Amino acid sequence: MPVACRMCGGPAVLKRPKTGDAVCKDCFFYAFENEVNYTITNGNLFKRGDRVAVGASGGKDSTVLAYILKLLNERHDYGIELILLSVDEGITGYRDDSLETVKRNQHQYDLPLKIVSYEDLYGWTMDAIVKQIGLKNNCTFCGVFRRQALDRGAMLLKANKIATGHNADDIAETVLMNVLRGDIARLRRCTAITTGAEGGLPRCKPLKYTYEKEIVMYAYFKKLDYFSTECIYSPNAYRGHARTYLKDLERIRPSSIIDLIHSGESLSIKKDVKMPVQGTCTRCGYISSNAICKACTLLEGLNKGLPKLAIGKSNKSRRLLDAASQSSDSTNEKTSPKEKKKDVTF
Amino acid sequence: MAESSQQHIDIHVEFSGGAELLFDKVKEHEVKLSHDNNPWTIRKLLVWIKENLLKERPELFVQEDTVRPGILILVNDADWELVGELEYEIQNKDRIIFISTLHGG
Repeated sequence: MPVACRMCGGPAVLKRPKTGDAVCKDCFFYAFENEVNYTITNGNLFKRGDRVAVGASGGKDSTVLAYILKLLNERHDYGIELILLSVDEGITGYRDDSLETVKRNQHQYDLPLKIVSYEDLYGWTMDAIVKQIGLKNNCTFCGVFRRQALDRGAMLLKANKIATGHNADDIAETVLMNVLRGDIARLRRCTAITTGAEGGLPRCKPLKYTYEKEIVMYAYFKKLDYFSTECIYSPNAYRGHARTYLKDLERIRPSSIIDLIHSGESLSIKKDVKMPVQGTCTRCGYISSNAICKACTLLEGLNKGLPKLAIGKSNKSRRLLDAASQSSDSTNEKTSPKEKKKDVTF
Repeated sequence: MAESSQQHIDIHVEFSGGAELLFDKVKEHEVKLSHDNNPWTIRKLLVWIKENLLKERPELFVQEDTVRPGILILVNDADWELVGELEYEIQNKDRIIFISTLHGG
């Protein structure tokens, strides 16, 4: 016997994790879209005239984000301009296929698309980086480079905002990881719906309160074209454990995810806790809590053939790099072949 | 023993959202389940899938007696949470879809 939709009495297709309500397909679409609209309007994510770069990987989250922003922009007349922005990390056999999906999305949703590559921006593909440093720590490079790549791509597009597809599960995971690591500064920032306004472009997360389950169900029922894959290089083990733990909790109590976000939002940091001061990188101008940002430090390590030195504590790696550059300057006047250095201007 | 239509049920099983990676990237499977006196439930189907279709890393698909958290199951396009989860009795011609939410883009 089919369960009845709580809203209209029709045949239910989904049990909503946030509320436990059984809903039919149409009522699910209605609720899902209205809730994202509420998040957008309540959080003042967009202003009329905004040019918004939508981070698009071809995966479920960003595909749903692009689809729903286009839909809501038309339905509620936000008056914003949307552009798809993809980052090509240069991972053969992984990103190629998902970029094909983004290219199809460009036509399906009739939105312009820009692809920026690590190779163009930094002079290094992830394939080349992994060749240098192996399979350990490569996620550090990728994560740091991606963050900047989105900003730079958006600036090339003359966008004034970035929207990303982070969902409720992602944010809850990040809260958990920051608690486990004792990273107070990130813990405070990670639940903010809009971040980065101090340095780079403001970025917002319209799906912040949207459960992954509902994103996948929405994509399924709407027959959206997305690509699922796993990076060939690393499973990002730490996040993987946090994710498994969270999924186990969700099975026992589905509200765990939203509860964790709520916990993150409600934390207040004592006034006498020393927080890193956010400044800008003296080299590229990107937002940084050190004189030279993580991306520039990592890149310098790569270009000097000392990639592993830039992993770990910034201060320590800085000292090691300085020491290395002094010795290499005195012994080697010529630019080494490894110095395929790109000018990083921001 | 002559086979009659009562002695098996035909169902459609599908893996997507990245779950197909554990099944040699084959998404759609037409499955014939022989009918004994006990009804086929999702619980029983999971064991059958593990033994007959799954190609690698079983722990990424099943955990203990259920599906790994983060893999959604749809029975005839409805959330399995609405039809009794593991105890749902599978009917002839059912479409059972497993969608992973655990993969990135």
